[in-house]
Parts: sequence; structure tokens; C-alpha cells
Amino acid sequence: MSDAATALREPWPDLDRQRDGVLVGIWLFIASEVLFFGALLLGYAVYRALYPEAFRIAGAETEVFYGSVNLLLLLTSSVTMTIAVDASRHGMRRTVIACLALTMLLGAAFLMFKGLEYSADIAKGLFPGAHFPLQPPQTQLFWGLYWVMTGVHAIHLAIGIAIVGVFALILWRRLLPIESPAMLGVATYWHFVDTVWIILFPLLYLVDRS
Amino acid sequence: MSNSQLRPMHIWLRPIAVWVALVLLGLASLISAYLPLNAFNTPLNLAIAGIMVILLWLFLMDLIGSDALVRLIAVAGLVWLSFMFALTFSDYFSRTCEDQPGRPPAFCVDQNIGRGGF
Repeated sequence: MSDAATALREPWPDLDRQRDGVLVGIWLFIASEVLFFGALLLGYAVYRALYPEAFRIAGAETEVFYGSVNLLLLLTSSVTMTIAVDASRHGMRRTVIACLALTMLLGAAFLMFKGLEYSADIAKGLFPGAHFPLQPPQTQLFWGLYWVMTGVHAIHLAIGIAIVGVFALILWRRLLPIESPAMLGVATYWHFVDTVWIILFPLLYLVDRS
Repeated sequence: MSNSQLRPMHIWLRPIAVWVALVLLGLASLISAYLPLNAFNTPLNLAIAGIMVILLWLFLMDLIGSDALVRLIAVAGLVWLSFMFALTFSDYFSRTCEDQPGRPPAFCVDQNIGRGGF
């Protein structure tokens, strides 16, 4: 029995329908995630509309270098993930596993730079509290949202790295065929995490740079 | 053309072409943020981010080759999100200055109109 045939599961009549099923499931999850991150973005939008000057002052303190490098890393990881998905449809086993490993590495590099950025932020005392260095007080709203939004995103990314790692291991040990439609679910989640960073980048790192 | 119809050699071409477009757009967003466009900096950056997300969703997440039901679900999340934004801002933008200390007066509703509306 070919790999493609063993990838087919009940109750699907063929792999294309099974792929559609995976996509419907993961997109329902993504739609709920859109609303989860949307609530944070809404909080940001409301406070920025209410206190534009405070957000201008606070936004100028973010580390645009780390934000930009991380954008490049995640965009590149989305490409390696897409190549892995397309390669899986053609049974290109080594390409799939190599691209998944590369995707993981790029994600890990993102977290490393994020750690360096957090370290720089903490060194500047940019954590909301009694000794916050910026004025007016509403600047703490920006930095509170910064820590929550980037923190939640980093948790999502860490989960993504773990999922990609486990999935690559499963494929490497041949516990699932390389054509498994489950790959689509993994990839869609990864791309969504990339999407969130694309939105966060201008909101957190490009405020008042001119 | 859906991904399943692509020949093996072509699996590299589309993702890399999209990557180049995404990187150029990201670079344009970064550079434009340093231009003195005043109030237009943020809308421009968000517009570029929107284009990047559309490219990512259509070509890397393959919504363009997906079933209509999948596309419907993807759009549904954004529709509900737009409702959440519209309803919330209709509240905040109709409050009076007294209810929102620190807010620029130009953006407040006149208190005689704003009070007792509901």
C-alpha cells in the first residue's frame, strides 16, 4: 500500500476531502484565535485613540531592530513551512523534514531575539509599575499591552515550535505517511502566528519613528 | 491553480516569490515609518500590513486554492472582529470628556448631547 493510501482515514472517501476536513477544523480554530488576539488589538486601538500622545512617547522606546529581524525570521519560516506542505504532496520526504527542521530553527531564532529584546526592555525599566520611567502615566498602558501581546504571541510560537518538532519526528520515524493531511493543520497554525506578528509589528515598533 | 497541481520543481517558485514580496513590503513599511508623513504614518503601515496578511493568507495558507467553506470560515472570523471593533468604538467615541480624563477635547462629544442619550 502506498504512503498516500495509508494517509487516508475514515470517513473520508479520498485525500482531497480529508484535506478539506483538516482545513475546516483548523480554520475554525484560527477564527476563534482571531477574536482572541482581536480583543487585545481592540484594547490597543481604544487606548491609542484616547491617549495618542502617551502612545507616541511610549512607542518610541521599543526596539525596532529586534522587531524587524523577527519579522524577517517569521516571514522566512512561513516560506519554509509552505515548501514543506507542497513537498509532502509530492512525497518529497527529505525536503519535508528538512523544511520542518528549518522552520523550527527560524522560530527558535525568533524566540532568542525576543529574549534579547525583553532583556533590553527590562534594563530600561520598561515594565509597568511604581518605578516606570516614562510620563504621562498612560504610557504604562502601551507597555502593559506590549508585554501581554508579545508574550501571548511568544507562547503561541513556542507551542508552534513544539508541534512542528513533534510532527517532524513522527514523519521521520514513519509513524505517519509523508502525504498526511495533518501537515496542513500544522502549517496553517504556523502561518497564523506569523500573521499576528505582521499586525503587531507596525503597532508596537513603528510608532512615532519619523 | 491549487498546490496539488504543481509540479515538484514549482513548489519552490511560488513561496519564494511571495517571500520576496512580503520582505519588500515589510521593508517599505519600516522605511515609511521614518518619513515625516505625520498622521498618515500609521494608516500607511497598517495598510501595508493588511496587504502582507492578504498575500500570506491567499498564497502561503492557500486560501486561493481552498474550498469555499474554508474561505467562508476565514472571512467569518474577520467579520465578527469588525463587529467587535465597530460596537466598542461606537461606545468610546460617543462618551463625554468628563468620562474620559486625559483625552484630547477635540475628540469628545459635547456633554449636552452625550448625556442622557440612552
